[in-house]
Amino acid sequence: MKRRWWLTAVGIVLTAVMLFPIYWMINVSLTSASDMRKDPPNIIPINGTLHGYVQVLQHQLPFLGTSLLIGLGTVVVTLALAAPAAFSLAKLQPRGGKVLSFLLLIAQMIPAIIMAMGFYTIYVRLGLLDTVWGLIIADSTIAVPFGVLIFTAFMTGIPGELLQAARIDGASTWRTFRSVVLPVSRNSVVTVSLFAFLWAWSDFLFANTLDGGGKLKPITLGIYAYIGNNNQQWNAIMATAVVASVPAAILLILAQKYVAAGVTAGAVKD
Amino acid sequence: MMTTSSATRSARHHRAGAASTAPAPGMPARSPRAARRRAHLTAWAFIAPVVIYLVLFYAYPLYKNIDLSIRHYTVRSFIDGTAPYVGFQNFVSVMSSSTFWPSIINTTIFVFVSIAFQFAIGLALAVFFYKHFPLSGVLRALFLVPWLLPLLVSASTWSWMLNSDSGIVNSFLEAFGIGQINWLTSPSWSLTAVLIANIWIGIPFNLVIMYSGLQGISADVHEAAAIDGANGWQRFWRVTFPLLRPVTAITLLLGFVYTLKVFDIIWIMTRGGPADSSTTLAIWAYQLGFGSLLPDFSSAAAVGNLLILIAVIFGLMYARMQRRLDLS
Repeated sequence: MKRRWWLTAVGIVLTAVMLFPIYWMINVSLTSASDMRKDPPNIIPINGTLHGYVQVLQHQLPFLGTSLLIGLGTVVVTLALAAPAAFSLAKLQPRGGKVLSFLLLIAQMIPAIIMAMGFYTIYVRLGLLDTVWGLIIADSTIAVPFGVLIFTAFMTGIPGELLQAARIDGASTWRTFRSVVLPVSRNSVVTVSLFAFLWAWSDFLFANTLDGGGKLKPITLGIYAYIGNNNQQWNAIMATAVVASVPAAILLILAQKYVAAGVTAGAVKD
Repeated sequence: MMTTSSATRSARHHRAGAASTAPAPGMPARSPRAARRRAHLTAWAFIAPVVIYLVLFYAYPLYKNIDLSIRHYTVRSFIDGTAPYVGFQNFVSVMSSSTFWPSIINTTIFVFVSIAFQFAIGLALAVFFYKHFPLSGVLRALFLVPWLLPLLVSASTWSWMLNSDSGIVNSFLEAFGIGQINWLTSPSWSLTAVLIANIWIGIPFNLVIMYSGLQGISADVHEAAAIDGANGWQRFWRVTFPLLRPVTAITLLLGFVYTLKVFDIIWIMTRGGPADSSTTLAIWAYQLGFGSLLPDFSSAAAVGNLLILIAVIFGLMYARMQRRLDLS
């Protein structure tokens, strides 16, 4: 038993090293401007200040709201498109289903910068630049292929007898999907929603290329503007970064098993 | 994308399940052909939204991208919609640019060094956490945090940590008598700096996948090897590692495809500089298309298409590997 606790000690040290940058982000967010350039820096925030967080409250709240909106919109779009398609791929054997699965696999390999350029040329024409909808659509392209693959993997595991029972009771295919398949697939719905939200929340490339001039900016652009303009206010930058990390932290605490499920199902992050 | 053995298992389920979804007895009698057609139509009705979506939001942007790369687009082209056809001229000019070879070399170094470290560290940690000591589950979950943070947050944090004068990394090194390193502003260090940040971000992904791979190996195998007198080191390299080969192959390939796409980290930390010293293909494409006041979309699209070509070649390899694993 003794050896086990020794392993725990090593594990804690490794975790501490791994998470040090996150601690440092919090530390710097609390450091006062006068101590910012101190050499060596303060390891803990003595003479700490909440000035950075005041700045966040004053300037970044609308950005946080926009990010929330975009995140939730992306979740809705992703679920609405991915779940029915996955049900069909898993249980209804559509002609050409294999080709579609393959195309979705390939779709995940396309670098976002290329999508951004394509979207830009299209959005210029349609007047979708600097709009929330434009960003929701662009962000959903990261999550939809992933969503279909996760749902398909899960729904193929639903026993055929369950669907047959619903059909014998006279349920239409849509009704079966809505009332039987979706409730049973609750876990994968959580996993897909979680990743769709996190990716949309974290997106910087689409936001920066497709929403450069708008008023409704997501939080990532809020941080980016800080870095660009007032290089000295690192406590405000890091305070914004801390606030921007809150959804990830909450989701990890509340839904850790769904996170792990997403990663091991071949999660994607670009 | 299915990487684990459980996914393979569910693929097999699929075939078993498929047989049982035939029309149930006792349904109203209709001609079998009409019934089959109806079933096909229903199946497609469920898929149609995604297909339309793929055409509109994947195929069309991709087509636009190819169109951009074989024409001479200027800012004016966006307004009046005209752009002369120039064939492969954009590709020729991109490939003869002074940024071409540096960006190819940087991309290669960035991708392979990132993957080598992410994988080695991720695997070592997976083996470590697989020992199931007290708190191992909690600590393993905490390791996921860097992977879930917005990339912009991680990149800004690393930027400040690697700051030449006030960064914690340099003051730590100074404590060991190592002089100041200009991580982000020296051409000889910038690529190393973005590599460090990217490796840090990628470790959790490798850890979780390799951990699930370890879970897929039966405990009996280890016991049998232990009874045969193999020590821990031998057991790992002769028994565990070979059994992990399928998971390893997929992890490395996924790592390749995702690292090729990395943009946020490098752009925030160095913008590809100084003097192209950390410019990868993705960064270069962005610089050409959006990085200056005079966007050169055609060249940017040409670089982008080269990037897709590389990704697709490896994507096809992935698909082949996946199929081989599904069959086995």
